[in-house]
Amino acid sequence: MNLLYQLGEYALLMGRVFKKPENWRVYRKQIIKEIYQIGITSLPIVAIISVFMGGVITIQAAFGFTSPWVPLYAVGFTTRESIILEFSPTIVSLILAGKVGSNIASEIGAMRITEQIDALEIMGVNSACYLILPKILAAVFINPFLIAISMFLGLVGGYVMGIAAGAVTSYEYIFGIQTFFETWKIWYAFTKVIVFAFIITSIPAYYGYYTRGGALEVGKSSTSAVVMSSIMILIFNLIITQLFFT
Amino acid sequence: MIEVKNITKKFDGRTIIEDINFVFEKGKTNLIIGESGCGKTTLLKVMVGLHKPDSGAVLYEGKDFIQMNAEEQQSIRKELGMLFQAGALFDSLTLEENVQFPLDMFTTMSEEEKKERVNFVLKRVKLEGKNKLYPAELSGGMKKRAGLARAISAFPKYLFCDEPNSGLDPKTAIVIDELIYELTKEFDMTTIVITHDMNSVIEIGENILFIHKGKAEWKGTKENVLNSGNEALENFVFSSEFMRKVYKGE
Repeated sequence: MNLLYQLGEYALLMGRVFKKPENWRVYRKQIIKEIYQIGITSLPIVAIISVFMGGVITIQAAFGFTSPWVPLYAVGFTTRESIILEFSPTIVSLILAGKVGSNIASEIGAMRITEQIDALEIMGVNSACYLILPKILAAVFINPFLIAISMFLGLVGGYVMGIAAGAVTSYEYIFGIQTFFETWKIWYAFTKVIVFAFIITSIPAYYGYYTRGGALEVGKSSTSAVVMSSIMILIFNLIITQLFFT
Repeated sequence: MIEVKNITKKFDGRTIIEDINFVFEKGKTNLIIGESGCGKTTLLKVMVGLHKPDSGAVLYEGKDFIQMNAEEQQSIRKELGMLFQAGALFDSLTLEENVQFPLDMFTTMSEEEKKERVNFVLKRVKLEGKNKLYPAELSGGMKKRAGLARAISAFPKYLFCDEPNSGLDPKTAIVIDELIYELTKEFDMTTIVITHDMNSVIEIGENILFIHKGKAEWKGTKENVLNSGNEALENFVFSSEFMRKVYKGE
């Protein structure tokens, strides 16, 4: 029952978010700010994780394929498939749900308990639209770039660490990451990224916006936001995968 | 002028304010006084549209705010300024950006005109030169003045102040009171101040509504608040030893 209530409340909030902004000039500034906050500040963590995960996937694949019938270029192929299909779009989005999601929920939650949202409403500003729309638009715009960088760095990490560990040769790895390439998988990956970008901004924004109480509740909202966005990412991952693969 | 008629508001079946009637006059500092939890802030939130009353009307120049559609309400809201108890300044914006925010959002003023206005109101609240500071860098009193600057930056017709003196030392509290009074006269605003500070009542209470247990218990001015003959008001006014000593000689 509570879940249904929250779903209704979330839908109503989104209805308010996607209304015509009062002044596009102010919103444009906010979107640029959010692109920096959501995208650029996430770049270091995404880069570090991607390089190391790429390396680990390559090494695991190389030492997993013990059969002489499996060609060595399969290591590059496996690394590419793992990174493009799952690691970069889904796992990195889960990491962003933690970093960006908790930030959004606590920022908006703190604004709620310190009456900043009331101040916006009294001024005649649609607070839901002003606070949430720039975050959603910024994430939907910047996250595909972030994930593309993650994919690239994952493959580079796999290459460097695979060779350093003696798991694969340069030729075989590069041949492997080019072999059996299908373009639709890129569309699949970026469809997921856009849906997840919406999830990791709108759900934490919802939890922050409806925070009631004090600092303790802001913390609770932040935790709930991360948990719920992560669950939603996993559910939508399954749905989109079913749609693309069947 | 704002008039509230028969306002009743309940939360979870509990009546917070009941059948409140009052006229808040233009060009005057109208005070809502009463003990903590008596319903002052609820009445104010009903008046600015943050709470919907269970019954009654809030008339802005004779037009019922509650019955207006969203667009009409928005046009009224653009004429409101509000000073919140803790300032409610936007943490991510500098003082200058906070004050400029209503101008950015709703006016077609040029950047130069906006800067001029911001500097004018900051000077008016004695915060000139602090433009680039963030709210976290301001003291309590400065936050109140900054909140006031933002509230008046678009030259509103109606100014609402929710306990502007709470948490301030007596000297700063007087400065804020005087500022509210002067701005009310200067801009000919309808100002509504919520307070339980008796100094404010005696200093700036031109038109006073005393709320007791959610009901409008007494209406008057600072001239007759000390000898109202109303038991509940007297208990409230003379609750401190200081007030009893100074005004009753006890």
